[in-house]
Amino acid sequence: MVQKLETLIESASQTAGPYVHIGLMPTYAGNAGYYDEEIGTTPFLDESKAKGEIVEIVGSVFDGTGWAMRDALIESWQCDAGGVFPGDKGADPAFTGHCRFAADAESGEFTLRTVKPGSYKGRGGVESAPHISLWVVARGINIGLNTRIYFEDEDNANDPLLNRIEQRPRVNTLIAKKTGDGKYRFDIRLQGEGETVFLDI
Amino acid sequence: MTDQGPLIPRNRAIHPEPYDPGYKTSVARSPFLPLLSMESTPSEETGPRFGHTKLGALDNNLILNWTKGAAPAVGERILVHGRLLDEMSRPIPNALIEIWQANAGGRYRHKKDTYFAPLDPNFGGCGRTITDENGYYEFLTVRPGAYPWPNRANDWRPMHIHFSIFGHSFAQRLISQMYFEGDPLINHCPIAATIKDRSQLDRLVAPLDFSKSRPLDFLAYKFDIVLRGRRQTMFENKMEGM
Repeated sequence: MVQKLETLIESASQTAGPYVHIGLMPTYAGNAGYYDEEIGTTPFLDESKAKGEIVEIVGSVFDGTGWAMRDALIESWQCDAGGVFPGDKGADPAFTGHCRFAADAESGEFTLRTVKPGSYKGRGGVESAPHISLWVVARGINIGLNTRIYFEDEDNANDPLLNRIEQRPRVNTLIAKKTGDGKYRFDIRLQGEGETVFLDI
Repeated sequence: MTDQGPLIPRNRAIHPEPYDPGYKTSVARSPFLPLLSMESTPSEETGPRFGHTKLGALDNNLILNWTKGAAPAVGERILVHGRLLDEMSRPIPNALIEIWQANAGGRYRHKKDTYFAPLDPNFGGCGRTITDENGYYEFLTVRPGAYPWPNRANDWRPMHIHFSIFGHSFAQRLISQMYFEGDPLINHCPIAATIKDRSQLDRLVAPLDFSKSRPLDFLAYKFDIVLRGRRQTMFENKMEGM
């Protein structure tokens, strides 16, 4: 016998199920007023004072049959317009960086209203192109899916994550298309043709 | 800021497979292509903090929070408690834990739940809390009922409470479910069975815990949770405090 490792094992994931909104977005579940302050309804503490460009990203989460899911719930996390993560020194005090949003029960479309993130330098001084991290959960998703939104009108050529994608056409699955002034379209495809690149980071 | 090191890569073998035909909804909702694996970056290592959020005094008391304390929910009164740790056995303080569950009859207060077990006018079914400096948390609630769900012709969910956990890093984000010791339905549930390693499923089953049970009031169940940790070696990152 060898020595015993003392590290613990992460708790196993289970699906968020059909009623995830009760716990995370009570107003959406029809239970408005449950909490005095709901978490993540907007990434702004004060939108009028937030630095940078305000953007709206609209999209749907499609299952393998091409159906826009009505019950997907998404969380986003990002740095501010200056490339600083909320909580770190010098971060924009009007911005939390975190948002929760859900597909509309009728149309299956979601909208994320936030600031366009800046770029930042990570470990070893490597610069990332501006991006927003996403985490997608729903009934039928057994472990939350991580992905990222990049922007069509930014320079993505040297991004360390995008450059690891072998099949170059798949890079497009992570890039939001500009549809107007400050408006973008970003669809997520869970499976099949045009399947979004999901991350294991 | 001191570099606390990258996140320890997720051991996917202990988690459910995304595609599991026994759980029918997963079939069209599971990626077919491999995930893109990469070492964590600041986007994954940082995460939101909830210090600005004002939690209400009853937010972790599901027996009373729906009626704002006016009337208690129906059902078997239980305390659910435990610790939040990372893979290095370090407690995770100031972490947000949110739960949701069916009422004692197995019915959710959600516009999409049409099961004919009645709603309890005094039960909403969600709660939240922040772990203390030792990573400890508590909820007071009622034991949720089992309920049928559309999958195979006669599938039932065991009694369970949904848990959503935020660590300090966005890539520690986890949703799971707590089951109850001794529930015979666990062995028949296609969702529990998405976890193929039985020892990992067992870790989601909370034991009855008389050490926290309050006589003449509530029973207690203990549910510890482990999130991903971070790798610190002297060769690549400065140790904390050095």
